[in-house]
Amino acid sequence: MTWNLDNNIPIYLQIMERIQRDIISGRYRPGDKLPSVRELAVEAAVNPNTMQKALSELERGGLVYSQRTSGRFITEDEELLRELKKERAGRYLAEFIESMHNLGLKDDEILALLNEALKEEGKA
Amino acid sequence: MKPILECYGLSKSYGNGRMALSNLNLSLERGQIIGLLGPNGSGKTTLIKLINDLLVPTEGYIRIDGSTPGAETKKIVSYLPERTYLTPSWKVADLISYFEDFYGDFQRNRAKQMLEALGIELHAKLRTLSKGAREKVQLVMVMSRDASLYILDEPIGGVDPASRDYILNTILTNYNENATILLSTHLISDIENILDRVLFLQNGQLVLNAPVDDIRMEQKKSVDMLFREVFRC
Repeated sequence: MTWNLDNNIPIYLQIMERIQRDIISGRYRPGDKLPSVRELAVEAAVNPNTMQKALSELERGGLVYSQRTSGRFITEDEELLRELKKERAGRYLAEFIESMHNLGLKDDEILALLNEALKEEGKA
Repeated sequence: MKPILECYGLSKSYGNGRMALSNLNLSLERGQIIGLLGPNGSGKTTLIKLINDLLVPTEGYIRIDGSTPGAETKKIVSYLPERTYLTPSWKVADLISYFEDFYGDFQRNRAKQMLEALGIELHAKLRTLSKGAREKVQLVMVMSRDASLYILDEPIGGVDPASRDYILNTILTNYNENATILLSTHLISDIENILDRVLFLQNGQLVLNAPVDDIRMEQKKSVDMLFREVFRC
């Protein structure tokens, strides 16, 4: 399975996450055309109706828009994309901080470790 | 549009005092992939045979696209039985011609393409094929029809995981948006991502009829997990 979906969580939510991630990361550029529902459904190995639902939800949030005959496109609203990226980063940070606190680390220790890790990453 | 399949107060008894199905009410919309799940002996195959006019209801009735099961409904229902009915001395190519003669909606080219992708030779005799290969051939025949309702009884039971992926992919790519697929299986985790909806049968009764994403949302668990809980022995 190419998309690695978790059977315990509604599939359409995971598809939305995945497409949002692809947009934030730049795999899809603003104004790009999305593949058809059928193509995406086959790629993800999910039911086309589920894919349709995920795309409709993304459309409601304004992240993609459809043009009646020519398909679905990624929004060109840069402000929305920045907000989405910030929101997503905030969520990852909250998860990270919680895990660190669960290890019994204090805030200054977390900061020190993070700085060190970033330095290492920069060298590689 | 009217539902593709409706059952009203459907019951079947084989005359041993036990109800194989009892008072089943069901309506299936078009354009869905539906899993028919239940433990052994819960009535799945009985329901499937009733839909295909291989059994007659004891009580209640079935409507397929508004008609009672019979010659007319067989034109729009493509059925994969749980057991093979293929003549072992035939070649795969003979089977294609046979299906083409029988069913006006059979797409020869689609069948050939799928068989080629699965590495099955047209001139091979069915008796020389492995059990898994025979199952694939039969499923290819069934999915090569442009039917309105596909009834697949255990379509992926005997095939290896790689072919299983190909078959699920085949189902996803080949069924048209207005067609409905009803499939029974025990391999729930393999197929649950392609389902819209599941039906749980228990002792001949419908105990659950729900969209799969609703189950995940409300129960916070997979269909496979839910099945194991509901039918814990």
